[in-house]
Amino acid sequence: MSDKKQFCTFYLGSLLYGVEVLKIQEVLRYQEVTEVPLAPDVIRGLLNLRGSIVATLDLRRRFHMPPLAGGALPTNVVSQTSTGLISLWVDRIGDVVEVDQDSFEVSPETLTGESRELIEGVYKLPSGLLMVLNVERALDLEPAHHA
Amino acid sequence: MQRQLIRDLVLESAEALDQFERDLLALENNSSDSDTLNRIFRLIHSLKGTSGCLALHKLERLAHAGENVLSLLREGKLRAGKELVSQLLAFSDGLRKTLAEIAETGSEGAAEHSALVADLEALERSASSAPVAAPPGGSFGLFSDEDAPVAAPQAADGAALAETVIRVDVEQLDRIMDLVGELVLARNQIVRFAGNTQDAELIKPTQRLNLITSKLQENIMKTRMQPIGNVWAKFPRLVRDIGLELGKQVALSMEGADTELDRTILESIKDPLTHLVRNAIDHGLETPELRMAHGKSPEGQLKLRAMHEGGQVIIQVSDDGLGIDREKVLRKAVQKNLIGSEEAARLTDREVFALLFLPGFSTSDQVTSLSGRGVGMDVVKRNIERVGGAVDVQSEAGRSTNIRIKIPLTLAIVPALMVRCGGDRYAIPQASLVELVRIGEDQAATLIEHVEECPVYRLRGHLLPLVYLREQLKLADHKQGGGSVFLLVLQAEGRQFGLVVDEILDTEEIVVKPLGKELKGLAVYAGATIMGDGRVALILDVMGIARRVGLLNEHSGGMGFQSESKTAQTASARQSLLLVGVGDGKQAAIPLASVARLEEFMLETLERAGNSQVVQYRGEIMPLVDVVQALGGPAVNAAAREVSDASRQVVVYSLGGRSYGLVVERIVDILDCEVNLHRTSNQPGILGSAVVHKRVTDFLDVAALVASSGVAEFEAGEKEIA
Repeated sequence: MSDKKQFCTFYLGSLLYGVEVLKIQEVLRYQEVTEVPLAPDVIRGLLNLRGSIVATLDLRRRFHMPPLAGGALPTNVVSQTSTGLISLWVDRIGDVVEVDQDSFEVSPETLTGESRELIEGVYKLPSGLLMVLNVERALDLEPAHHA
Repeated sequence: MQRQLIRDLVLESAEALDQFERDLLALENNSSDSDTLNRIFRLIHSLKGTSGCLALHKLERLAHAGENVLSLLREGKLRAGKELVSQLLAFSDGLRKTLAEIAETGSEGAAEHSALVADLEALERSASSAPVAAPPGGSFGLFSDEDAPVAAPQAADGAALAETVIRVDVEQLDRIMDLVGELVLARNQIVRFAGNTQDAELIKPTQRLNLITSKLQENIMKTRMQPIGNVWAKFPRLVRDIGLELGKQVALSMEGADTELDRTILESIKDPLTHLVRNAIDHGLETPELRMAHGKSPEGQLKLRAMHEGGQVIIQVSDDGLGIDREKVLRKAVQKNLIGSEEAARLTDREVFALLFLPGFSTSDQVTSLSGRGVGMDVVKRNIERVGGAVDVQSEAGRSTNIRIKIPLTLAIVPALMVRCGGDRYAIPQASLVELVRIGEDQAATLIEHVEECPVYRLRGHLLPLVYLREQLKLADHKQGGGSVFLLVLQAEGRQFGLVVDEILDTEEIVVKPLGKELKGLAVYAGATIMGDGRVALILDVMGIARRVGLLNEHSGGMGFQSESKTAQTASARQSLLLVGVGDGKQAAIPLASVARLEEFMLETLERAGNSQVVQYRGEIMPLVDVVQALGGPAVNAAAREVSDASRQVVVYSLGGRSYGLVVERIVDILDCEVNLHRTSNQPGILGSAVVHKRVTDFLDVAALVASSGVAEFEAGEKEIA
C-alpha cells in the first residue's frame, strides 16, 4: 500500500496548505499586477507570465482572512486548472512533501461553510496537518461577486 | 510509418478531390480543355495506386471503378452530361466518406459502396456496348501499360511540390506565434535599456535585433494567412447541387479569391458564408420560368466578391434574384410580434432588412430541406459579430440582394487607441472608434449639459449621451480639478455614445489575449494585452459598456432612456457622409465609405495630361475631376474662390481600384445622418437630393461624374500605352 503523492505546500499564516505538485507550473516572487476594475475582490489583477496573461487569486481573501500584516508581499503559486492558468497569492512557499495515501482523512464534519468546499481533506504529517486545496473550487466565484 | 502514410493520403486526397470536383464542373460547363480531363484521370489514378499500396482495398476498388469510367470519358466514348457528372460527384462523395472513416478509425469501415461500384460499372458497360470497340477490360495492377505515360508526370509533379511545401500543425504555428510575442516584449525591454546607454557595441546589435524581430513577427503572421478561395472552393459543387435540387439555373462567379485572412477568422466565417450562399439560391434566385416571365435571363447570377478595404476585408454575396420584399418582411415581423404594426410603417429599408437577422425570423412560406427553418440569419450575424465583423443587407425588390460582410484581417493583432483612466491604461479597438473630441477646460462646464442626471454633449446638433469610464469601472474618484475633457465617440450596434477618459495616449497595434474563466463574466472587457513595458492592459468591450449603460438608463428611467432609444432607432439607418461645397452656395454629399483621403494641393502642383487635369499623388498620376464644372458651374480655376486661391481642396476617391481626385470648392463636414433620397432632376452626376443639416444636399454619383468628365478616356489611353 505505498500509494504516494507529492504536494507543493504553502502557508497562509501558520496554516499549511498544499496542491498536488503535478498541477503546479511554477512559483514566482511577488510581481505588480494590473488591477481589473469590477472584478470579484478576490481577483487581485492580471500579471504577465512570459507572454501569457494570468489572473491572480488572493487566497487570504478567498478564505476571508485578514490581509498580510506589516506590508509583507505575497508569493505567486502558478497552478494549472481545467480552464487555464491561475496564480495563487500565498504568504510564503513551503517544501514539496511526499505523503502516504494512508495518512489522508476527509475534513471533519465540524468544518463548515465555504472552507468545507475549498478543502478536499487533510494529510496527517508528523509535523502537523496539510490541508489539500481544491483549486478548481477556489475559482468557482459566486456570481454575486460579478455585479 | 504506415500511419503517417495513411494520414498523408487522407490529407492529400481531400485536396485532390476538391480539385476533382472543380474540374468535373468545368467539364460539365464545357469550360475545360484536354488538360482538365487528363488531370481528373490522373487524380483518381494516383489515389487508386496509393490506396492499393496501403492495402486499403475497398478504396482501391471504388477508385478503380471510377477510373474506368473516366478512362472512357477521356477516350471520348462517354460524354460529360449532367447525369454522368452527378454520378461522378456521387463517386467523389463515396471516396470522401471512406477517407473520413479511415481518418477517424484507421480502417476502411464496413461500408462496401457496392451500389456505387455497380452504378459505375453499368456506366462503363453502356459505353462499351456502343459501336466503338470496347477497350481492354479493367486492369487491377497499379500501373497498366496503358496508364504509364500519364502516371509518370504526376509522380514528378508530386515530388517537386513536396520539396517546396510542408504541412505544419496549426497548434505548432500558434505556439511559434506566442513565442514571437514574447520575443517582441523582450526586444522592447532591451531597446529601451540600450537607449539609455552610449555603448556602441550594445546599440548596434540591438538595432539589428529590433529589425529582425519585426521581420520575424511579420512573417509569422503571414503564415497564418490563407486565401478566402480555400473556403470558396466547395461552393461550385454546393451551388450546383442546390440548383439541381430546386430546379434553378445558377451561374456562380467569384472575384478576389486570393484575398487573405487569418485562418481562425476564415474558419469562423465558413458556415455563415455557406448559409448565405444557400439562402441566395433558395430564397433569392427564381426558377428559370419565373425569371423569363420577369424578362431576365433564365440563368441566375450569384456573385461572391472579396477585397481589402482599409485594413478590413469586405465579402459580398450578391444575387440578381427576387430581392427582399419589404412588405412581406414587415408582415412577418408584425405577425411574429417582433415589432408593432404602427412601428412597421415608420421603418426605413435598412431597418426592415435588419429584421431578417432577428432570432426566429424566416420569410420563406415553405420550409425546404435547405433553408427556411427560422434559424440561420441570426446565427450568421452572431458568428460574424463574434470575430468583430458586421453584416449589412441591401436589396432592390424584384432585382437583387446584396449582403456585405465586413471583417477584420486578423483577430490576433488589432489597432487600438490607448487611453488612461484612474492611473491604468486601457485599450479601445479602433474599429468602434468614430472620432475624438477634446473639450477645453473653460468650456467643459457649459458644453456638457444634463438631461436630468444624464450628461450629454451636443455633437453637431445631436445629443450624444456621455459615459464616464471612471464611474463605470468604479475607479477611485480623485478629482483632477477641472482640466480638459477627453471624449471618445464610440459606436456599438449603431448606437453612438461618448466615453469620457482621463487622458488619450496613442494608437498601438495590440495582441489580443483572452481573459480566464474567472473574469469571463465581466462584459466590459474584450480581453487583455501586454504593453511594450511588459505590463498588462485591459481591452474595453465597447458593446459591453454600451449594454451596461443601457441597463443603468432603464433603472433611472425618464428622459435619458427615451432619448437613448430614439438615437438608437435613427442610428441604425445612418450613413456616413462627407459634405462639400460645390459652388453657388450649393452643398453636395459623397458617401464617406469610398473616400480614401482629403488632400489640399497647391495650385502650382496641378499639371495637365492630354485634356485632363492631373496631379502627382503618391508616385502615381491621379486624374482630377472638377466637380463644380462637371455639375454645370464654372471651372474651379476660373471661379472666384474666397477660401484660398493658392490651393485646391481635393477629395481622393477610390473607384474600381483607382484613385480619382474630386476638386471641390470646400470641405464642409463629416457626419452621420439618415438619408431619404429624392430624385429631383435628371442631371447626370447627381443621384438625388436629401435634406441634410436643414439644407438641401445633392448626392453625387461619383462614377457618373468620372465617366462624363473625360477622365475615363484618360485611363483608356493609359492602358493602350501600357
